[in-house]
Amino acid sequence: MTKQEALFSYTLRLGDNALILGHRLSEWSSKGPLLEEDIAMTNMALDLIGRADAMLKYAAQVEGKGRTEDDLAYKRGERQFLCNLIVQLPNGDFGYTIARQLIMSAFDLCLYEELVKSKDETIAAISAKAVKEVKYHLKFATDWTLRLGDGTEESHQRIQKSFNDIWMYTGELFEMNEVDAILIKEGIAVDLNSLKARWKKIMTEVLLEATLTVPADAYMQTGSRKGVHTENLGYILAEMQYLQRAYPDAKW
Amino acid sequence: MLNEQQIYDILSEIPDPEIPVITIKDLGILQRVEIKDGNCEVYITPTYSGCPAMKLIEDQIQEALKEKNVGKVSVKLVYSPTWTTDWITDEAKEKLRKYGIAPPLHSTVDKGVLIGKAKVLKCPQCGSQNTEMISQFGSTACKALYKCLDCKEPFDYFKCI
Repeated sequence: MTKQEALFSYTLRLGDNALILGHRLSEWSSKGPLLEEDIAMTNMALDLIGRADAMLKYAAQVEGKGRTEDDLAYKRGERQFLCNLIVQLPNGDFGYTIARQLIMSAFDLCLYEELVKSKDETIAAISAKAVKEVKYHLKFATDWTLRLGDGTEESHQRIQKSFNDIWMYTGELFEMNEVDAILIKEGIAVDLNSLKARWKKIMTEVLLEATLTVPADAYMQTGSRKGVHTENLGYILAEMQYLQRAYPDAKW
Repeated sequence: MLNEQQIYDILSEIPDPEIPVITIKDLGILQRVEIKDGNCEVYITPTYSGCPAMKLIEDQIQEALKEKNVGKVSVKLVYSPTWTTDWITDEAKEKLRKYGIAPPLHSTVDKGVLIGKAKVLKCPQCGSQNTEMISQFGSTACKALYKCLDCKEPFDYFKCI
């Protein structure tokens, strides 16, 4: 694998995670439990899709085959997507979405704070932007984890169950392959192992304050780095890509 | 052909699509203009990654330079240096306040607002500091929603990043 191929794959991974999580959050539009939360979740979706746009634009440029960010988003099949399994999970109830958001916002904060120092200028610049926005996302997810965890008996039970159910998708966030090895050597990528302690610390602090239990690390799901996804991704793409598949290159 | 400064001055007049009382220059979105080989390159930076107004701003720039002697215009989106609310001029902050949007505090004092605890924001209507955050996400990506506990008016806060 060349450095260019590795960089293409890496930027796709970052872009795909933002795109699919953004898409999932956008599904809350008009369905939020309160108007403010509805607006909050679609605002976060907007930040994520904006980040995906920037990352995929850069990926297309790195690839150098004349594809655009839209081609990458709308014209790849699910096996070509490199997003983590966790971002594909259906929204579930509000607590489930919050649990997933806390995990991802804490992970993104740890990741992008390091990527600001990347030797790749474009990744560093997009990351600097991401850090500012992710702080707000993490704050939002933290507030709601506290309210639900330390709320009624039912809200406590439901968000605890959400964390328990999602936990097996967290191991994959830190998986690395040849792409990481090549780019870490170049000073472009981050050693994901080095983020784990800080991520765990954020999660532990929030969950304990919310009177919740941090799930134990047991069996962990895997596959996305190889393009092997949950069945959910196909359904997401079917909806997201419908227009471009039905009317190729449609513009409005 | 117009020079870089003349083009910049024309573009400085373009109002922000969401907050028309201030311009894209006031907000710090308009970065610079470069002339290369007789063509014009305009550099802009987004306030938020997903700001939906960017496309509109691009179109406004094209529109403003149409039929001007500037060659082919290309608008380029740059992410570095990262946009910060600290770039908004004091004059523009005053315009925001008059428009009913609480202007961003300086990023060094905004930390308390980010964690939602500090009561430092002034209501743009009555000036009271007795205000409370309703939601950190408001009508656009760049704003949070507050209410004044004295005059009871809700208001937007241009949040600081």
